[in-house]
Amino acid sequence: MLNKSNNNAPMTLLQVTNISKKFGDFYANDNLNLSIETGKVHALLGENGAGKSTLVKMMYGALQPTSGSIFWQGQETLIASPAHARELGIGMVFQHFSLFEALTVAENISLALPVQLRQGDLSQRIADLSLDYGLPLNPAALVADLSVGERQRIEIVRCLLQQPKLLIMDEPTAVLTPQEAQALFSTLRRLVEEGCAVLYISHRLEEVKQICHDATILRHGKLVAEVDPKVETAATLAQLMVGSSVHQVTRNTNGEIGEVLLSLSHLYQSSSAPFGVDLVDVNLQVKSGEILAIAGVAGNGQGELFSVISGEERNPQQHFISLLGQVSDGLNINQRRLLGAAFVPEERMGHGAVEHLSLTDNILLSRHACNDTESPLDRGWFGIDRRQLAQLNKAISINYDVRKSREDDVAGSLSGGNLQKFVVGRELNRKPKVLVINQPTWGVDAGAAALIRQAVIDLSRQGSAILIISQDLDEIFELADTIAVISRGQLSPSYAASELSREKIGLMMAGSHEQTAQAAGA
Amino acid sequence: MNKLRKQLELNVQLILEKRPQSSGLMNLFSPLLAIVLTIVVGGLIFAAMGKPPLTALYLYFIDPLTSWWSVEEVLVKAGPLVLIGVGLAVCFKANVWNIGAEGQLTVGALMGAIIPILWGEWQSPFALVAMLCLGALGGALFALIPAWLKTHFGVNEILTSLMLVYIAQLLLDWFVRGPWKDPNGYNFPKSVSFEGWHLLPMWGDGRMHFGLLVSLVAALVLFWIMRHTLKGFEINVVGSAPRAGAFAGFSQTKMVWFCFALSGGLAGLAGLIEVAGPIGQLQPQISPNYGFTAIIVAFLGRLNPLGVIFAGILLAISYIGGEGIQIELGISSKITQMFQGMLLFFILMCDTLILYRLKWISTKPNQSTTGHAS
Repeated sequence: MLNKSNNNAPMTLLQVTNISKKFGDFYANDNLNLSIETGKVHALLGENGAGKSTLVKMMYGALQPTSGSIFWQGQETLIASPAHARELGIGMVFQHFSLFEALTVAENISLALPVQLRQGDLSQRIADLSLDYGLPLNPAALVADLSVGERQRIEIVRCLLQQPKLLIMDEPTAVLTPQEAQALFSTLRRLVEEGCAVLYISHRLEEVKQICHDATILRHGKLVAEVDPKVETAATLAQLMVGSSVHQVTRNTNGEIGEVLLSLSHLYQSSSAPFGVDLVDVNLQVKSGEILAIAGVAGNGQGELFSVISGEERNPQQHFISLLGQVSDGLNINQRRLLGAAFVPEERMGHGAVEHLSLTDNILLSRHACNDTESPLDRGWFGIDRRQLAQLNKAISINYDVRKSREDDVAGSLSGGNLQKFVVGRELNRKPKVLVINQPTWGVDAGAAALIRQAVIDLSRQGSAILIISQDLDEIFELADTIAVISRGQLSPSYAASELSREKIGLMMAGSHEQTAQAAGA
Repeated sequence: MNKLRKQLELNVQLILEKRPQSSGLMNLFSPLLAIVLTIVVGGLIFAAMGKPPLTALYLYFIDPLTSWWSVEEVLVKAGPLVLIGVGLAVCFKANVWNIGAEGQLTVGALMGAIIPILWGEWQSPFALVAMLCLGALGGALFALIPAWLKTHFGVNEILTSLMLVYIAQLLLDWFVRGPWKDPNGYNFPKSVSFEGWHLLPMWGDGRMHFGLLVSLVAALVLFWIMRHTLKGFEINVVGSAPRAGAFAGFSQTKMVWFCFALSGGLAGLAGLIEVAGPIGQLQPQISPNYGFTAIIVAFLGRLNPLGVIFAGILLAISYIGGEGIQIELGISSKITQMFQGMLLFFILMCDTLILYRLKWISTKPNQSTTGHAS
């Protein structure tokens, strides 16, 4: 299938020398050097915003460097466009797939292939190739019916059909179960044995140690180290990425577990979105002082579950959701807030906060109907109480270390980590009795993540019930007292965190707890 | 490498580049730039028509402000434009697209005219108050039709509100030619002339009337609401970030109802003020497209109620100037519509510069023809 190199000695396939990329006055990449050899998996490590994506986009022709050069197989090359990169033999699997859900696997692949590769029996070739590499795919399946892992396979197979010499993968395991990730790793091992090179972008250090031969670590756009990941520990790699040792979250385990503050019983909810996930018979209970974490691969009903608990999506039936002992199905999000609940959605920008509004306005966004300020923030015709909002803003910034250039900056000018600290802090500042938080530290740097996790633990130890929805197993094991797993809209029973291993969670993420279709329909 | 760079420089093009942040300066500057472009292109068109461009522009834009009589006339025209424009500004800010203010104006005038036409003998200040209320109510109810269609069936409100304009105008036409025709009117398609408390108080020697005060108060009140109250905040958030709006507990559906009721009500009020003010009776034509021109007013005023006051005055000048130029230079007063169209065109064009900037870039000639960026 692929051009096997005759000698097994690795040779330099792609080399980047003194490359820089400037956006305005900001150096996203500052004088980087990197060389990728055939037959090796090369890791590119760094926190969010370290410049990994920028570098990769230049290699894939999606961005042009400000200065510096790229050598492809020893030749100085100007990679003009992604199409040009593909012609050279560079394939890329993006973190976010661009697939048409209403089309089949074969149709999606065909759309993205150059004309000459669309000839012949494409479906057969897809089936053969995917089987050959241990990525089984049914070419006639509709993308809408496939899991995220299977969708990623489509992207990988699409790249492989073009026989790449270099495969770039951007955070490929972020959306996979541990088992799916292992399957992907064997495929990658097979590819490098055949002489292909892989550039592997990740911030999951364990898997980098497991499969990568070289690692380049970036921080703030600069190259900080070239290391052999096999000899480093996860801790030393993390230290290189973050630049300082990461603060460890401390958990005081003798918190007192009290009465049930949030419960869902036999909740069914059909999704209003075209390709959304229906929730089927969801049961859960979160007690005072308890942190329940819901694990699961993205897109298995987490968003739907969040909006039905928050009240953004109303459940037409009754008596399924209870907050602080009160039936809450008929209440809207502000009435639920008045009961003492607080919510942090997955997307900071556009959902949890509005980009072009100031921080004080963004505080108003979720707190205008709450009664926990000394006097109401909304004074009707007399206008909004700006003085109290400014005080709240100050308190949130100090308590949750929100760093900004101006006291009342617009939300859009904060970095991801700082905005997340603000969005979480805005709710924690109320000392809510029930906190529901979707992906608490998604895409946030390690420092901010540690602060947020600590704040969440502290709140629970003061007697609040906390529900966390997360894809990050490390985070879940760090925070949770009890764990449940969601898969295709079905929630597993909750287990004490100590009872569960990663493997068991992995099996549940793949759906081992799901009821059969007949049983669910009954 | 140098050879490659050379090759690049040969192929240069102008592109729009997204600004990292929207430009506050351009937000203010864009309407001014649009006005300048309108004047320049307008001058070129006058020249192409063989008319002296500077004289024509003077007559069009400056002359209406040189005598008290025509200043009054400008204000009389600005009144309905501002009143409708502030309602539309709120609507557009909330991302609700009421294009049918002209129809709501017409129905408002019809509803308000019930009192002078059917209860002509009721003469008291309360009759006038009732007329104003009925006018606003008529416009609001008529505007709720597209709101209902949108919230219940998901029908695009731009189409329905626009199409209802023609229904409203035909309705008015039928009333003044049929049941509400003045029996002593020599068969002209007009209603009875309104009298006494059925007309708005006037002052000055011209045609200044109570309606101008209504427009001014409406603009100031809406400015306060938009700037300082939770309702204004809600309108802003729902319009610019609907998911954040849902997170804040603001209902998108209620916002559609609110916006149509408000803008329709103000348009209906403007219609009633026209027939109970400058016109004094119902007739087939009661508005020189105030409802459509107010769309331009709202955008030119940056969707800000105070900005709308100035934009309303500018567009009012374009009406008076169009008439003046027809008399002085013999140019069709259709030129008014052309200027208004150009102004909207240029302002939407210049608004692009708030989010984008123009940049010359060099690109490499496209090497490959197969495939495309994914």
